[in-house]
Amino acid sequence: MTTTSTQRAVVDRLASQGPAPRKKRNWSMAGRIVLLLIASVFILGPVLWTLSTSLRPPAESFQLPPSFLPLNPDFSSYDQVFKQLNIMLLVLNSALVTGLIAVGQMFTAALAGYAFANLKFRGRGALFSIVLATMMVPAQVTIVPVFMLIRGIGLSDTLLALILPAIPTAFGTFLMRQYFLGLPSDLGEAAAIDGASPWRTFRSVYAPLAMPGMAIVGILAFNYHWNEFFRPLILTISEQNFTLPLGLVSLQGNLGTGSISVVLAGVILSMIPALVVFMFGQRALRDGLTAGTGK
Amino acid sequence: MSTATTGMSTKRRNGAGSKRQNGAGAKSETNGRQRQRWLPWAFLAPTILGMGLFTLVPIVASVVLAFFRWDIISAPSFVGFDNFAEVVQDPTVRVSFLNTILFVVVAVALQLGLALALAIMVQEKLPTWLRVFFRSAFFFPLILSAASVSIFMRYLFNEQFGVVNWLLSFVGIPAVPWLTTPAGSAAVVILVYVWQNFGFSFLLFIGGLASIPIETYEAASIDGATGWRKHLHVTLPLLSPTTLVASVMAIINALQVFDQPYVLTRGGPGDSTRTAVMVIFESAFQRLEFGQASAIGVILTLIIMAITAAQFRLSKRFVFYQ
Repeated sequence: MTTTSTQRAVVDRLASQGPAPRKKRNWSMAGRIVLLLIASVFILGPVLWTLSTSLRPPAESFQLPPSFLPLNPDFSSYDQVFKQLNIMLLVLNSALVTGLIAVGQMFTAALAGYAFANLKFRGRGALFSIVLATMMVPAQVTIVPVFMLIRGIGLSDTLLALILPAIPTAFGTFLMRQYFLGLPSDLGEAAAIDGASPWRTFRSVYAPLAMPGMAIVGILAFNYHWNEFFRPLILTISEQNFTLPLGLVSLQGNLGTGSISVVLAGVILSMIPALVVFMFGQRALRDGLTAGTGK
Repeated sequence: MSTATTGMSTKRRNGAGSKRQNGAGAKSETNGRQRQRWLPWAFLAPTILGMGLFTLVPIVASVVLAFFRWDIISAPSFVGFDNFAEVVQDPTVRVSFLNTILFVVVAVALQLGLALALAIMVQEKLPTWLRVFFRSAFFFPLILSAASVSIFMRYLFNEQFGVVNWLLSFVGIPAVPWLTTPAGSAAVVILVYVWQNFGFSFLLFIGGLASIPIETYEAASIDGATGWRKHLHVTLPLLSPTTLVASVMAIINALQVFDQPYVLTRGGPGDSTRTAVMVIFESAFQRLEFGQASAIGVILTLIIMAITAAQFRLSKRFVFYQ
């Protein structure tokens, strides 16, 4: 609330500077809309080009002028992508890895977040600080020891090598702790008076209420791991364990520039689940991405 | 800021927690107490064990490993600071770090500038359906995989057949050798990265702008501030906490750039787009010099920590908190 004085200073400074505003609201709004539309074209244009090129026959992929609207869709590139790439296996691998990580993160983060928010134990603050501190170290830096550890426990070149290390989540734990702190504490007290065990209090009272928070954790995990490239590149070796992004990059490497529409068909297919999340979980995704940034 | 809130709520909770314990104790005093002791650890076990094994141990191990020479096949041997000395003198590593720093400066400046300008434009008076559309459009690239984006962008930036050069030809610009020259490749990596990531800073700025009280603007416009001047004197100072968070996050993320240069250029031509994380990857998994890779990782982590610390220190002087 020190704002007022500073705001007043700003206002005073402005007051000494100029005459009353002229009315040109509508023009400025039209100008803004034009600029924003241009920006949207730059953002959405490449994706539309990818979609419409994937719907052209492979021989016409690089034809200029390019098409941005699929007027005469041709699905032969999609046939090709199923023939040239074991795309069902890639989808299955990606779905398995991403799904198990998301579910694993939701449960472990809910449990840990609940403990940090609602249970008392020695060293709680210190332990939570350590959890937060691990977020500072980039995953690329710990990948060498993780790779060796995975080899050591005999999981190299398996899907579990991608899944297990990704389940414990510092950010998810932080998010769930915040979520539980936001729930009224008398609920737990009432349950305890009624004789519910702490586990039951969590299971039947708090966990159901925390579902929206868990959904955010799950959606974030899905978005991140469905798209991730670095870890699969290192932790998987044989093609039967590749995930989608890895499979697509290697497909691009194998094919010449002649059949780019095939690669683009694969790219479009790989976007579908992310698109579904975007349509139905955009709000949760936005909230999750900006959580913990001090808003 | 978030730590401050966290601390406060912890204190509030401690009070509530002890009250609850008393309530439970009324039923079965000793039994309840004993159960309480290990119960939190049961909740924490999956996360703490998992993080210990897959995060804490690897952090320690990578610091230790930085002082050893190890190719996985023969036994590791202690070499002191040799890895660091070699890495610092290695021309490829040096160029890669320079590239990374240059990349961070340009990409983050573009990303924040673009995000801020668009966020201000979107948050001003606008029909709601258009605002929703623009917000979704700018957010959209965030849901795509950097690898996929780099795949189609590589085609778009193709020198002969790419759409980008085709469009440029209309304004009289001859075909730009995007992916075959050092400057062109660096530009493509930066543009593709910013294209995909500015939406994140945009989201943060939207949140920051929404928290500026509307009366501030009303007061400013009554006093005659219009257009960009209003933003210069009111929006920017009031938005500085958001700008700080957005720039810290953008810098930390940009320092770890890998997917885009790997798929777009493989670090080339020459070493012109090789980044710090790419040399970690190459020295570990292509040359099997795990000690050197760890040394580079330790250096990168130290840089990230130093930048974070420096930025928060600077913020005390320049950031305007409400």
